[in-house]
Amino acid sequence: MKEAIVSLRNVGKRYTRGKQQSVHVLDGLNLDIPKGDFVALMGPSGSGKTTLLNLIGGLDKPSSGEITVAGERLDRLGGGALSRWRANHVGFVFQFYNLMPMLSAQRNVELPLLLTKLPAAKRRANALAALTLVGIADRAKHKPNELSGGQAQRVAIARALVADPTILVCDEPTGDLDRKSADEVLHLLQRLNRDYGKSIIMVTHDPKAAEFASRQLHMDKGALTAA
Amino acid sequence: MKFFPLVWATLWRKKTRTIFTLLSIVVAFLLFGLLETVDYAFSHPGGGSNSGADRLITINKYSITLPLQLAQLGDIKSVPGVTAVTWLSWFGAYYQEPKNFVFAEPIDSDSYFKVYNDDYVIADQQMQAFRTTRTGVLVSAALLQKFGWKVGDKVPLHSTIWTQKDGSLDWTFDIVGVLNPKTPELASQQATIFLFHYEMFDEGRNFGKGTVAWFEERIADPAQSAALSNKIDALFANSANETKTQPAKDFALAFLKQLGDIGFILHAILGAVFFTLLFLTGNTMMQSVRERIPELAVLKTLGFGNPTILGLVVGESLLLCGIGALIGLGFSYAALPGLKKLLQGVDLSPDGVTPGFLIAVLFALIVSILPAARAVRLNIIDALASQH
Repeated sequence: MKEAIVSLRNVGKRYTRGKQQSVHVLDGLNLDIPKGDFVALMGPSGSGKTTLLNLIGGLDKPSSGEITVAGERLDRLGGGALSRWRANHVGFVFQFYNLMPMLSAQRNVELPLLLTKLPAAKRRANALAALTLVGIADRAKHKPNELSGGQAQRVAIARALVADPTILVCDEPTGDLDRKSADEVLHLLQRLNRDYGKSIIMVTHDPKAAEFASRQLHMDKGALTAA
Repeated sequence: MKFFPLVWATLWRKKTRTIFTLLSIVVAFLLFGLLETVDYAFSHPGGGSNSGADRLITINKYSITLPLQLAQLGDIKSVPGVTAVTWLSWFGAYYQEPKNFVFAEPIDSDSYFKVYNDDYVIADQQMQAFRTTRTGVLVSAALLQKFGWKVGDKVPLHSTIWTQKDGSLDWTFDIVGVLNPKTPELASQQATIFLFHYEMFDEGRNFGKGTVAWFEERIADPAQSAALSNKIDALFANSANETKTQPAKDFALAFLKQLGDIGFILHAILGAVFFTLLFLTGNTMMQSVRERIPELAVLKTLGFGNPTILGLVVGESLLLCGIGALIGLGFSYAALPGLKKLLQGVDLSPDGVTPGFLIAVLFALIVSILPAARAVRLNIIDALASQH
C-alpha cells in the first residue's frame, strides 16, 4: 500500500443556517487516498463532495475529526498557516477556470509564483514551461476572453501546476466544456497523473469524466457509499 | 515590486471608471497646488527672501488707518541702532478707471532711498530729474509697460482719499524716471509702484497736513529688531500718537491678515474638496472590490494570505491617489509661471508640495480601509460559490 497523501479520520462538517439550524454536511467520514492516485469523487448535488474537496484543499476546516494532507494536520492550522500550506501543496482547478480577466495567460500562470522568492525571469520561464506542458504556450500573451473554454481551462491547469504542488484539486473541471474540450482536459489530467505522478482529486458529475480517474468514490448524504 | 503588474492591471480593469476617478483626484490636487501657491503669497510676503530683515515699520498703535505725525521723525531718528528713517502715506490711486490700481506712494526722496538703497537701480540722470522736479515721479518698468507710459509723459492719477485744495481728487504727475528693481522677487512685488514727492503731496492736499501713514526705519543689526521696536514704541507711550513698531515682514503679514485668515479659508476650501473626494473615491474602491470578490477569492485560494490581499487593495488605492496627486501637483507647478504673471508673490515651495503627497497617502489609506477590510474578511467558499 502506497503512503496516503490524504487521510481523513472521523471528519464532520456542519454549517449553521440562520440562527439556530445546524446542517450536517459530512458526518464521521474516513478516507485514505494514496500518493499518486487519481480519484474521481461523484455523487448527487448536496451530497457533500465539494465540501469534502474544500476540506482536502485546505479552503475550509472541519467541525470535527482529523484531516492530514501531504503530512500536515490541516484541522490544526490557523488561517495564515493554511494559506501558506495551500500555496506550497495544492493546485486548484475550478469549473469556471477563475482566471484573472485583466492578465494574460502567462501572468495568470505566474500568480502562484508571486508568493515564492523566485526572480521575475525565473517566474516567467516557469510559467511558460507550465503552459508548454499543457500545450498552450502559443497563447501565452492572450487574455482569458481571447481563449476558448478548453484553452482557458488548460491555462488554469498550468496555473495549478506551476508551483509544483503535491496534490491537484479539481472541482468539476469539465463542467463548463463541450465533450471534445472536456476529453482534452481529462487526457491532460490523466497524463499529469501517469507521467508526472501528480495526485489528483476531481469532483465530477460526469461518469465519462470519472472514467479517466484510476479510482471512483461515491458520496451521498455526507457519507462515502462505495469505493 | 513583484506585485506591481497585478496591482496595475487591477487598477485598469475598468478603464473608464479609473480614468474618471483619476481625473477627479487630479483636479483636487491641481486645486490644492494652486491654492498652496496663493497661500504661499499670503504667508511669505516678500517672496520668502530675506530682504527687508533690517527694516522696521512704525504705524499708529490702534489702527493702520490712523495717521502719525511727521514731527515724530526726530525722536525715531535719535534711537541708537536706527540708521535711517523715512515716511510714507496711503494715496489710494488708480489710473483712468478703478480696475487700474496704482500703488502710488508719496515719499521723501532723500530718506526713502537711504532705507531702500538695496532695492532699485535708477539712472543717475533720472534720479537727478526726480529730485529737481516737484511733480516728478519714478515708475516701475512693469507699470510703464502696462499702461504704455514713457519717461516724459504727464499722467493723471485719481486718488480715492486725498482731495486737493481745489477739491479735485485728480493729481497730475510727470514721469521722470524708471525704477528697476534689483531682483525678480522685488520686480514682482513692486510691479505697480509709483513714487512721488511727499512735499508736493503734503502741500497740495486739503487735509491731514503734517501727517504720515507710517515710518520705515533701517536698522544696523536685524537681530536687534525686537529691542529697537520696543524702544521706538516706548518713546511715544501715553502720547496722543502711540506707535506700534514691528519688522517689515511681520507688518506685511499683519496687513494681509486684515483681509481675513487666508490660510484658513484656503484650507477650508481644500477640506471640503477632499471630503467630497473621499466619498467619491471610497465608493469607487468599494465598488471595484465588490466586483472582484470572486477574483480575490481565487487569490486567497492560491495561497495569498490576508496581509498580501490587504497590501494589494491598499497598494491599488495608493497607486491611484499617488498618480492623481503627481499629475495634479505637476499641473499646478506647470501653471506657476502663468500664475506669477497674474498674482504677485505666488510660489509652490517644497513645504507646499510635501503636504500634498502626504495627503495623497493618507487619503489612499482612508479610502482603502473599508474595501481592504471587506477583501480580507471574505470567505473563500462563499465567494467562489457566488459564481454559480
